[in-house]
Amino acid sequence: MTTLHINRRAITIDVEENTPLLWVIRDVVGLTGTKFGCGIGLCGACTVHVGGRPTRSCITSVGSVGAAEVTTIEGLDSKGEHPLQRAWIDLQVPQCGYCQSGQIMQAAALLKDFPAPSDQDIDGVMTGNLCRCMTYVRIRKAIKRAAAELRGRADG
Amino acid sequence: MRKRLLISVVTLGVLAILGFAALAWRPAIAPIAPPAPGAFAPEVVAKGAALASGGYCAECHTAKGGQEFAGGYAMATPFGVLYSTNITPDAETGIGTWSEAAFARAMQEGVARDGSLLFPGFPYDHFTKLSDADVQALYAFFMTRAPARARAHENGLPFPLNVRYLQAGWRLLFFRPGRIEPDANKSAEWNRGAYLAEGLSHCGACHTPRNLLGAERTGHAYAGARVDHWIAPPLSAANPDPVPWTERELAAYLRNGVGDLHGSAAGPMAPVVRGLAALPQADVESIALYFADIDHAAARAPSTAPAVARAMSYASLGTGQETDPDSRLYMAACASCHYNAGAPLAVRPDLALNSALNLPDPSNFIEVVLHGIDAEDGIPGVVMPSFGHALSDGDIAHIAAYLRRTRTPLSPWPDLDKKIAALRTKTEASEP
Repeated sequence: MTTLHINRRAITIDVEENTPLLWVIRDVVGLTGTKFGCGIGLCGACTVHVGGRPTRSCITSVGSVGAAEVTTIEGLDSKGEHPLQRAWIDLQVPQCGYCQSGQIMQAAALLKDFPAPSDQDIDGVMTGNLCRCMTYVRIRKAIKRAAAELRGRADG
Repeated sequence: MRKRLLISVVTLGVLAILGFAALAWRPAIAPIAPPAPGAFAPEVVAKGAALASGGYCAECHTAKGGQEFAGGYAMATPFGVLYSTNITPDAETGIGTWSEAAFARAMQEGVARDGSLLFPGFPYDHFTKLSDADVQALYAFFMTRAPARARAHENGLPFPLNVRYLQAGWRLLFFRPGRIEPDANKSAEWNRGAYLAEGLSHCGACHTPRNLLGAERTGHAYAGARVDHWIAPPLSAANPDPVPWTERELAAYLRNGVGDLHGSAAGPMAPVVRGLAALPQADVESIALYFADIDHAAARAPSTAPAVARAMSYASLGTGQETDPDSRLYMAACASCHYNAGAPLAVRPDLALNSALNLPDPSNFIEVVLHGIDAEDGIPGVVMPSFGHALSDGDIAHIAAYLRRTRTPLSPWPDLDKKIAALRTKTEASEP
């Protein structure tokens, strides 16, 4: 038995230690916002936060996570109103949408590290999150809008 | 004439054997009835608990999934497998009948209660430096643990290495018993650091290379060595990292499991950070001060700013239209977390500054890519995923070669493919 902490809830599960975290999040806990993309950590669709850091959940074993705090797209903001989520809606970023929860989780970590990201910073941090609909330009714009809002809050 | 020569040779031989026997023979110390846990003052037990943690006793004296300190942990040595022993106070299978004098003799002289000579897999060559008061506290701690019934596993040493009497020869050559003498020319903090590093925390056991007989080569103290499938990097001025390990950087690394300018503690170093967590901040700072002196950090300090500036200059590398397939692989698999611009962030270990990338041997780099870093290791609560099932040996070799080529001025790592395949097989074989 393993106890995980997902979205500030303790969840006890009975799986092998080497089970990918993604399988537990989707199939055991039932949070399906996080997507399965490539399964080898090279596309970013499965990105969640572990200890506040963006982590590819498809190649992260449950055993390696232990009691660390896991946050999925469902837990990023209790009302789904994180500045990134609102910017995503305002600017109509998604097309098919499949990669977008991973994009938002990666972007949320980016904004913590780079509160005023340059285009180069965004490209550097987001480059591992692939979008086959090529929404990259809107993603960049939405990240900048959310960054400006967060900075405004910090100043106020 | 011939007869006289023969007599002299035989006499000399007999004398040599008698001399060796005298050297090797240590009396048994009488067994005692296991002391009641209440016989020890709680503050002494607490002190012993912190010391046991800072000496990582549990690391070797606990088998995977077994009761703490009950032994049975297998240590692969070049001479054969050694199994740690039960150091819980069980009267029959542990150290329950050991008096404090017997325990102190084991720690400081490497001799078991029954007089047999311990193998130096138990680092008594370091523990001999411990003060009597610290040994007493450790005794109080271990005698108040829950006794576990666990008989020692037979060692896998071939004859004649398994003959404990022969350890007398090893001891004669390499073991110098005695407490550590403070250096009057150094500060109290430096001397405290030396005491912990040389004695309790036995840093040299991993970071000093060993000779053919398994003894630390004292002339090459802290020159770095291979430990399991990892490299314990040099802690001397020979450390190849671009940024020196200053007192501040090393103290942060030992306390937090990560240093902004060096990366995370992983592999066999991860339990060291967890062990030192029980020691006060001042002790960790003392250890850092001691090694900052040994590695000449002050003299190398001017190299810090240019090394950091160079590392940060790589931010734009590979983010545009990239034609180099190695670079694309790196950007897809690694850059999302290891990208830095402006200043290095501890939570985004910068690979240009990372110890693993700057060592002459790629083992540490490969191990971390294959197996990742668990939440309890390195940066607490943060995970690096394991790419062992995601990337082929060839992919990992490409990423390693690419980073070495673009992020360091050092020569390429040779035979990466072979090395990766070998480490994959070895570590998979050692997993249960």
